[in-house]
Amino acid sequence: MSEKNPMNMPETLTDAPAREMNMIEAINDALDIMMERDPDIVILGEDVGYFGGVFRATAGLQKKFGRNRVFDSPINECGIIGAAVGMAAYGLRPVPEIQFADYIYPSLDQLISEAARMRYRSAGQFTAPITVRSPFGGGIFGGQTHSQSPEALFTHVAGIKTVIPATPYDAKGLLIAAIEDNDPVIVFEPKRIYNGPFDGYYDKPSRTWKGHPGGLVPEGYYRTPLGKARIVREGSALTVLAYGTMIHVAEAVLAEKGVDAEIIDLRTLVPLDIETVEKSVEKTGKCLVIHEATRTSGFGAELVTLVQERCFYHLEAPVERVTGFDTPYPHSLEWAYFPGPVRIGEAVDRLLKD
Amino acid sequence: MAENTARKGGNLPPLELYVPEPRYRPGDLVDYSHLPVPPAGQLSRPDENCPASDTWPMTTDMIRVLDEEDQAVGPWNPGLDPETLRRMLRNMALTRAFDDRMYRGQRQGKTSFYMKCTGEEAISVAHAQALAQDDMVFPTYRQQGVLISRGYPLVEMVNQIYSNRGDALKGRQLPIMYSSRDYGFFTISGNLATQFPQAVGWAMASAIKGDTRIASAFVGEGSSAEGDFHAAMTFAAVYNAPVVLNVVNNQWAISSFSGFAGAERTTFAARAVGYGIAGLRVDGNDALAVYAASQWAVDRARANQGPTLIEHFTYRAEGHSTSDDPSAYRSAQEREEWPLGDPIMRLKKHLIALGEWSEEQQDAMDRELVEHVKAATKEAEKNGVLGHGLHHPFHTMFEDVFEELPWHLEEQAAQAIRERQIKWPEWKEEGDV
Repeated sequence: MSEKNPMNMPETLTDAPAREMNMIEAINDALDIMMERDPDIVILGEDVGYFGGVFRATAGLQKKFGRNRVFDSPINECGIIGAAVGMAAYGLRPVPEIQFADYIYPSLDQLISEAARMRYRSAGQFTAPITVRSPFGGGIFGGQTHSQSPEALFTHVAGIKTVIPATPYDAKGLLIAAIEDNDPVIVFEPKRIYNGPFDGYYDKPSRTWKGHPGGLVPEGYYRTPLGKARIVREGSALTVLAYGTMIHVAEAVLAEKGVDAEIIDLRTLVPLDIETVEKSVEKTGKCLVIHEATRTSGFGAELVTLVQERCFYHLEAPVERVTGFDTPYPHSLEWAYFPGPVRIGEAVDRLLKD
Repeated sequence: MAENTARKGGNLPPLELYVPEPRYRPGDLVDYSHLPVPPAGQLSRPDENCPASDTWPMTTDMIRVLDEEDQAVGPWNPGLDPETLRRMLRNMALTRAFDDRMYRGQRQGKTSFYMKCTGEEAISVAHAQALAQDDMVFPTYRQQGVLISRGYPLVEMVNQIYSNRGDALKGRQLPIMYSSRDYGFFTISGNLATQFPQAVGWAMASAIKGDTRIASAFVGEGSSAEGDFHAAMTFAAVYNAPVVLNVVNNQWAISSFSGFAGAERTTFAARAVGYGIAGLRVDGNDALAVYAASQWAVDRARANQGPTLIEHFTYRAEGHSTSDDPSAYRSAQEREEWPLGDPIMRLKKHLIALGEWSEEQQDAMDRELVEHVKAATKEAEKNGVLGHGLHHPFHTMFEDVFEELPWHLEEQAAQAIRERQIKWPEWKEEGDV
């Protein structure tokens, strides 16, 4: 971690006053700031209006900006995204919320065949500058319909950007950058770390963001650029590629094992910051890829392939991949599914065994 | 299990699955006497600001204006001046002439695919006539009449159909999937009904911004079965969106008759009732009735009275597309027996009955339109036809996926261009090094 600039903040903002926020507060702050700056931003989704969303991400926004700009929607994700595509074609910049990532599937045709293809098929006449926010991931006893990590479905689609923050600081900066982006962006918010940096030890007391450098969020407007990874921790023994909740789990496990790992928070999956990945793997010669999503055809498969294609002659061990299992997310055995400290620890041991 | 063959439920009748079947298959004699065709002029016309429920009796009836004597009759007669009627007739005839030429162009190998709207020209043309020029239309692939009515250059249409280097869409879309923001014509999707909720969203945005423009969306009766249709109807009703939602019921979705979208149970216009919005059912082959119903819905939307669902009752006179052979699944007699006639002939006869047109003028116009279309195709052919190399440069394939090209697309673009240089070493393109 760089001493001077712990969160890779833009230099101009190092003097900005900051306050401690959890991830929900940071997201709410980003939405508030952007709605103030741009009258074309509207928010729609289930329960986002008067109530402020089931996770409170839009709390207070309807009161401040009015029902014309922040409103509840019918329980119809196809309609939410379809209407957002039409609004964007008109010239607005909608920020729809899909209440849980598990509910996003009814909107897939509108996202994949419509939003993602609008610029291409109309040769730029129509665009879809939509930012879809959706809480994702498990670890909250949500069962199979409130725990999934469907990011690989979207990284597979030409024309969509996929963004996943791991800290309140990045949740705000990335969301602002996503809203300003002229292409459709899906921001998956790791809901397990809304309130604190979960380290994978579910049987130990949970922490809040208080005192974590990523929980210190500057006031006002700033952006965390899309397509740029963050080096969470510099190191030389191996490279960890991860995002979202798994950043914090990896940090805890590697610290506990005393391994001098270089941990990279990808932040944006598409477009991927391949330069940072290559540079790190070339330095360490070992690579561990971690995600919570199911294993087969997960985004880890893409990462492993890229590392193999581009860094093969620097590799000193086979690339390791730690993921959730290829099952639906179970309820009672949630922690048996979750790629926790034991699974990660084993993979680290395999990588470092000689 | 073998012993236990007795059905559970005792004396209850066995359940039976009902699978709809159209009345007529190839070779069958067609008799449409079962199909109610109410006389023109008999339906009352409620005020545009009426409660939605006042329109509901009309969702199972049919608005018709042109009668058997080619006169415009009844309260729905829009009273259009002869100049407007002649313009509509011309746009309908031009649409048909264009379709005929492009169909032949496909058969001659100039493009991969084409779709005609024969028999449905009144719907697009008269509806476009009722809209303001800057209202946004979310079309299906059979609304070429909207572009033609709005004066979109034919040569641009042909360039798109040929996917040539003049194609404004850079050869990326299937022929006839036009897009023109400047002409208020939303980019056509090949995935059916997706444009329906989008139109509602566009209309909601217009209302959010306090604009005066409305949206109008089209869907076929077949794809009214899609979830997107339900999403659009729900959103339109919930937000009272300034949108006209059109269902073109042309009886056939490729080989599936309208029964597979529920037509045996009720009309498509009657879907409006369940959502609590205004609904109209109109003779889609009667240009005046289409205009009148469209104008009613457009005025209603523009007056903040919310959405209207219009069912345009018509018949798809040709195949679904150039890839389709309707003689394989329906009786050829259907087209001849269709009780609502040919929309172009009906409007022509009306103008003649008014003393504002003649057969000679019609013949002269048809000849002129054929030449007009021919000239546009000749002009477009200078930009190439599909498969003859005169397409956009290779690099454009990778552009517009995102606003800016990310590294992985730059790498893939370099690969595509390298492949081209290996295969055709002599070929140089703009930007080659």
